[in-house]
Amino acid sequence: MANSLWGPLDDVQGDAGYDHHPPRMGFFTDTSVCIGCKACEVACKEWNEVPDDGYELSGMSYDNTQALGASTWRHVAFVEKPVEPKPLTTTDLGLPGMGPPGAMEGGATDGDAGVRWLMSSDVCKHCTHAACLDVCPTGSLFRTEFGTVVVQPDICNGCGYCVPACPYGVIDLRKEDGRAFKCTLCYDRLKVDESPACATACPTESIQFGELSELRERADHRLAELHERGVDVARLYGRDPEDGVGGDGAFFLLLDEPEVYGLPPDPVVTTRDLGSIWKHVGAAAATMVGVGVASFLGRRR
Amino acid sequence: MSPKGGGGGGRGDRLMVPEAEFESYYGKQIIKTPTWKTPDVPLYLFLGGLAGGSALLAEGAALQDLPALEKVARGAAAAGAGIGTVFLVHDLGRPERFLHMLRVFKPTSPLSVGSFILAPFSAFSTAAFGSMVTGWFPRLGRLCGVGAAAFGPPLATYTAALVANTAVPAWHEAHRELPFVFAGSGATAAGGLAMLLTPVDQAGPARRMAVAGAALEIAAAESLTHRLGMIAEPYQQGRPGTLMRTARRMTTVAAVATLLAGRRSRLVSAVAGATCVAASALTRFGVFEAGLESARDPKYTVIPQKERLAARKAAAASGTPAG
Amino acid sequence: MAEAHPVGFQWVMEAKRRGAKIIHVDPRFTRTSAVADLHVPIRAGSDIAFLGALVNHVLSNDLDFREYVVAYTNAANVIDEDFRDTEDLDGLFSGFDPEAAQYDPVTWRYQPPENPTEDQQRREADLESDEVRTGGQYPGAGHKESHQAARSESHGSGGAPVSWKGRRDETLQDPHCVFQILKRHFARYTPEMVQEVCGIEPEQFREVADALTANSGRERTTAFCYAVGWTHHSVGAQMIRTASILQTLLGNIGRPGGGILALRGHASIQGSTDIPTLFNILPGYLPMPHAAQHQSLDEWVSADEGKAGFWGNVRSYSVSLLKSYWGEAATADNDFCFDYLPRITGDHSTYNTVKRMIDGTTKGYFLVGENPAVGSANGKMQRLGMANLDWLVVRDLQMIESATFWQDGPEIETGELVTEDIGTEIFFLPAASHVEKAGSFTQTQRMLQWRDKAVDPPGDARSELDFYFELGNRIREKLAGSTDEMDRPILDLAWDYPVDEKGEPDGQAVLREINGTGPDGRALSAYTELKADGSTACGCWIYCGVYAEETNQARRRKPHWEQDQVAAEWGWVWPANRRILYNRASAAPDGTPWSERKRYVWWDAEKGRWTGADVPDFIVDRAPDHVPEEGATGPDAIGGQDPFVMQTDGKAWLFAPLGLADGPMPTHYEPPESPVRNPLYGRQNNPSRRKLSDASNPINPSYSDVFPYVFTTYRLTEHHTAGAMSRTLPYLTELQPEPFCEVSPRLAAERGLEHLGWATIVTARTAIEARVLVTDRLRSLRLGDQVVEQVGLPYHWGRNGITQGDSPNDLVNVTMDPNVYIQDKVGTCDIRPGRRPRGPDLTAYVEDYRRRADVDMDDPTNGRTD
Ligand SMILES: Nc1nc2c(c(=O)[nH]1)N[C@H]1C(S)=C(S)[C@@H](COP(=O)(O)OP(=O)(O)OC[C@H]3O[C@@H](n4cnc5c(=O)[nH]c(N)nc54)[C@H](O)[C@@H]3O)O[C@H]1N2
Ligand SMILES: Nc1nc2c(c(=O)[nH]1)N[C@H]1C(S)=C(S)[C@@H](COP(=O)(O)OP(=O)(O)OC[C@H]3O[C@@H](n4cnc5c(=O)[nH]c(N)nc54)[C@H](O)[C@@H]3O)O[C@H]1N2
Ligand code: SF4
Ligand code: SF4
Ligand code: SF4
Ligand code: SF4
Ligand code: SF4
Ligand SMILES: [Mo]
Repeated sequence: MANSLWGPLDDVQGDAGYDHHPPRMGFFTDTSVCIGCKACEVACKEWNEVPDDGYELSGMSYDNTQALGASTWRHVAFVEKPVEPKPLTTTDLGLPGMGPPGAMEGGATDGDAGVRWLMSSDVCKHCTHAACLDVCPTGSLFRTEFGTVVVQPDICNGCGYCVPACPYGVIDLRKEDGRAFKCTLCYDRLKVDESPACATACPTESIQFGELSELRERADHRLAELHERGVDVARLYGRDPEDGVGGDGAFFLLLDEPEVYGLPPDPVVTTRDLGSIWKHVGAAAATMVGVGVASFLGRRR
Repeated sequence: MSPKGGGGGGRGDRLMVPEAEFESYYGKQIIKTPTWKTPDVPLYLFLGGLAGGSALLAEGAALQDLPALEKVARGAAAAGAGIGTVFLVHDLGRPERFLHMLRVFKPTSPLSVGSFILAPFSAFSTAAFGSMVTGWFPRLGRLCGVGAAAFGPPLATYTAALVANTAVPAWHEAHRELPFVFAGSGATAAGGLAMLLTPVDQAGPARRMAVAGAALEIAAAESLTHRLGMIAEPYQQGRPGTLMRTARRMTTVAAVATLLAGRRSRLVSAVAGATCVAASALTRFGVFEAGLESARDPKYTVIPQKERLAARKAAAASGTPAG
Repeated sequence: MAEAHPVGFQWVMEAKRRGAKIIHVDPRFTRTSAVADLHVPIRAGSDIAFLGALVNHVLSNDLDFREYVVAYTNAANVIDEDFRDTEDLDGLFSGFDPEAAQYDPVTWRYQPPENPTEDQQRREADLESDEVRTGGQYPGAGHKESHQAARSESHGSGGAPVSWKGRRDETLQDPHCVFQILKRHFARYTPEMVQEVCGIEPEQFREVADALTANSGRERTTAFCYAVGWTHHSVGAQMIRTASILQTLLGNIGRPGGGILALRGHASIQGSTDIPTLFNILPGYLPMPHAAQHQSLDEWVSADEGKAGFWGNVRSYSVSLLKSYWGEAATADNDFCFDYLPRITGDHSTYNTVKRMIDGTTKGYFLVGENPAVGSANGKMQRLGMANLDWLVVRDLQMIESATFWQDGPEIETGELVTEDIGTEIFFLPAASHVEKAGSFTQTQRMLQWRDKAVDPPGDARSELDFYFELGNRIREKLAGSTDEMDRPILDLAWDYPVDEKGEPDGQAVLREINGTGPDGRALSAYTELKADGSTACGCWIYCGVYAEETNQARRRKPHWEQDQVAAEWGWVWPANRRILYNRASAAPDGTPWSERKRYVWWDAEKGRWTGADVPDFIVDRAPDHVPEEGATGPDAIGGQDPFVMQTDGKAWLFAPLGLADGPMPTHYEPPESPVRNPLYGRQNNPSRRKLSDASNPINPSYSDVFPYVFTTYRLTEHHTAGAMSRTLPYLTELQPEPFCEVSPRLAAERGLEHLGWATIVTARTAIEARVLVTDRLRSLRLGDQVVEQVGLPYHWGRNGITQGDSPNDLVNVTMDPNVYIQDKVGTCDIRPGRRPRGPDLTAYVEDYRRRADVDMDDPTNGRTD
């Protein structure tokens, strides 16, 4: 099928072999209204019985779970950034500052910076072209009828291939267990027409769950609204079906560059290059045959 | 928190962290480090190459009636596949589920493809070796040998696809050269092992294979570092850099020694052969670790991607289609 | 608010989405600041100066909502000519008795009418004699007990009863009128003063002032939300008073989108003041009878009875309560068993009780859902008290520090307590959690929401209802047949609740009892149906109606998208399912809405009724132009333009002529521990703050170089209060795994503190250790020439749980607000890199600090302010 490995793909479920299927479901995470309460992290763990991820004070602002992983399927990032002094007109900006520290003579501060604190709840992107799924040798990872990407724990043999394949660093092996785990987009809940646990718990509707096509419209609308209010830094991430993974099933509205949140700026599914990879492997194998043959050419009986 | 690089690996700490040209989330990596274990996986890469090359040698030796060479090569192919399989299985999180690898066949998964290479290769090479040692079913044994030889080069090179078909920058971006590095390295190892274990008079093809492999490997690696730019840094710096450099030096010395004295001196042949084997192993460790390094440091993920984005933007601005 | 009330905060985000501007005033940049439009960093404890300057800004620029102010507030009331302001007395109001450290509020009153009625004269005489009669009642208290102060909680449902409505000058020109007094009082609260006191730049102050005034008036309203950043101060009640004045001046009370919203704490902390766990009130804010003042039912209700407004019907509420307690036994002949009620003799608040435990007068203690060894100020004092009891009952979900201090508390480590020497017998009883029992919560909006039981409690765990019912049964069994008069109150109790097959009493039956029943035994619908003749019974008059129609109204769950913006069919809000109190003020004096945009409740002249989106908080057919007859009492005395129906005079008080222990108007005083000299007055501290003198409670001297930094304590979203409900759960512990302190980069540099390293934080009480987070979210504040650094301390940790650590409350001193006896969450400290000394070395280390700071251990609460 066209664009199975890369590029825009309208019907992921169809591409995966579903004849009749529900619409593609996903997340739009609007980080501009995230308050960093971590209810999503906890709800996910409660529902999915994910174990704790260790008790380490990280020093990374209020983020002590640090990254997505086998035992953290939702992860709230806290980006603490000093901000340049700016004029005192924050009216209607989505972005608060702490005022203009040291900007004025005799100001109330001693020259230390103001600060901006961005929070963002990250999750598996349920990519249109999911590298994790493509490289899984056992078929443990599969595409559901909702267009999401799910690991089957009874199939996974812990080969670990999905781990480095994911361009977002989402999926990981759980050490004590040996298998790979990640967000299932609450497949069990979707099947009974329930929303995912994280979205249900989110108090501010930062996490919005729904039909992907509808979410994309909503996101465009929200972006336009923020731009209108002068929040120029707002941008969508993972919304574009033309991007390197064919668009994310879970996409975001960010207030800074993606890498600031620990996201890759321009992720590309590794299978985009699969043809080239196999071509070069083939050529190299042929070369090796050549080397073998040549090795015996010099000596005749 | 400021002192640890608040928010951006670069900008956070104005005092302690030098200004870097990219931002990150507290300096944390973006993609995950492969969970593949050392030495299991690099040894598997190495053994696959060794076994694949050896299977070729074994068939050539059989054709040209070089029994000593054939014996060594068949043994190496079978052992390489066998031990390699053990490492591969050991690396699994759930080794008892090894056979799940054969549940499906997926061309998009080099590990799946590889399983369908490794399985027949192991069967063929073991059967061929067994037949040769026991003398049972000689014709079938030869047929198996041909089978092993057919699967040998794919076995030696698919592992390049295995690592390249990931988001690991130093592997993925090197997907054009790595198969050749692995092909060359496999040939070097196979030739080298045969040189070590075979009398010089029967080791001619082994020597030629080792030297040709060395040339291929070095040339491919050279072109890799040139093409990759900053992403090649992990191949040149730190521990993987040392591994790669050492491997290259050893390969070069061994190849030159082989060319100069390999035919005459059993000792030179053996030492050069052993050096080739060791160098081939080091190359795989080097490549493997370079990949891990490039995964751990967010700059290898961020900077190339930012450049790509910028290029695309520039292209879009100038109206030329972007790649 | 985002940190501690994330679910409520969704509506703030919703408002922001619709264009509201969010301003956050907090010493620290928090999760709330992160999404606010403006964060205003303020020095902890200085909010009165900030809010006072806003009041001044409004008054001196004529930015108040004048029509509203004149009609609905006491701005026009003329005050007694003997009244003296802090302006005149350098930080004191008239009537201060330095010996007792309290005020006689007689000069704060409304100017007496020329010919007071008999009833007015009686009230005034009662008020004055109360002061005298309660003086020195409580043995050992060492100070007079002010009747009014001790009853402050009972004003929760209305202001203190004034004896007369007083003379009004609606031109607001009389020099003795409230408006003019207010103007003079706040005149020195200038933006420059704000900078000097709070560390807020004048430009930023201006931005807040402009936003606030631009968004108030006829067409717009502004809401204030606060919680313990304001309440936990020795001037806490007055901080909220300042906001009340501001909001009243701007016309933001009783109107949609306005108000001062107290964000309550524990899930039903509102419920536990309505049906109180407090010593000085009974359900529905009825005052607890005082042993000396209230010898009879008549005496008990006399202060409030017949006063204007609904509070005037206090006898009906009181008699109905007694009927619900004692049922058949309560008759008119025996004063409805009034004599069975326990009496108070003075201040029995929690910290005083702890002091009495240390002194050995309090012998036994129930801890139910509380962990004072970690959660209460000055943890050492709490533990020393509990170690001196005969018995202690702890009912909790977890084995909390308050039940284990005798074996592993900090004092065991230092040797100040020795396990073998502690005689307290501790009973630990497992409790059922909120999901393991049915019941109601009353939240911030006064809304009752019923929850059904989700799972059975594990093991021996029981609900509170089950436990107390059973405890009562057993005590009654033991007393059965007793002829001792003393046992009658217990034997005569109406103690009959239906139980289910497991023996668990039915919570809905209790709710129905609280709702009240009429002569026919049916559930009542409204508190207006309550009678003083004993024909009705009601457990809490303000909750009357929650079981109307024999239906649990609190269990209504109609989603908001199926009803209008008021969503009246979700849960039930006291009183009368009314969502906004005093909503008559949402209409102009003539009864028309102030604006179409903000219309809420208005007068429908055709039908002759108040109508609108909400249940009108007014007598529904009282016309806007109604003038009560001379001498009218109770609801009859409410005029058509008196929206504040719980106040005797129907007006919002800009100036409190009565009812506050520390002055009729807010005044900035420094916290008991402060590195700053009060720039406003010669008085450093609130002169009537409650001190608690004990060797375990020494106060850091003010502006001491030894304790140069301010610390303040607060919550993290990830943990809950004293921590037993979060530190014991892996999913919450991993999110904030260790105690830490937050400091600014400048302070870190000054003291050599390293990010993620250890710090020792010291006060005169003790020293604790915590990991360090250096962050730009804490800012150095410049106050004139002085730079003030603040140390932030989340207070959730103790020695039990998945991760352990020192409790910040061991650092906090006990000095209390004189109105509500709450502690101060702010103090001064020193901070040093590294871990604290262990064992007896810790005691020596702290002693050294006390010596260097010159703490007078003979008078430990002195604070040495001069
Ligand atoms: N996650 C979570 N939620 C909770 C609780 C919990 O423990 N955890 N507890 C519940 C309870 S019991 C309560 S009472 C509420 C309390 O809710 P909040 O009052 O919101 O809780 P705090 O964090 O203690 O204090 C609020 C803020 O006051 C600031 N502050 C400190 N001193 C001052 C000051 O002098 N002036 C000003 N303007 N601000 C100051 C602190 O920096 C802090 O950010 O939360 C309830 N909700
Ligand atoms: N320094 C400082 N100190 C403070 C504050 C501050 O801001 N700063 N805030 C203060 C405030 S506002 C508060 S409210 C207090 C809170 O202080 P505490 O009330 O002492 O602390 P909690 O941890 O909330 O205690 C509640 C206990 O009840 C148990 N529990 C829960 N449900 C039930 C139940 O149904 N039945 C029974 N029997 N037990 C149950 C829990 O396990 C827990 O141990 O802390 C105060 N202390
Ligand atoms: S984000 Fe990673 S783990 Fe998730 S679907 Fe895409 S490739 Fe797979
Ligand atoms: S670890 Fe499991 S899910 Fe991941 S690729 Fe291997 S088999 Fe598939
Ligand atoms: S969708 Fe479900 S599994 Fe995925 S993060 Fe949300 S709660 Fe967890
Ligand atoms: S629950 Fe919602 S608001 Fe809270 S951290 Fe998660 S995404 Fe943010
Ligand atoms: S813990 Fe309960 S009461 Fe507190 S915010 Fe969450 S839902 Fe509301
Ligand atoms: Mo609280």
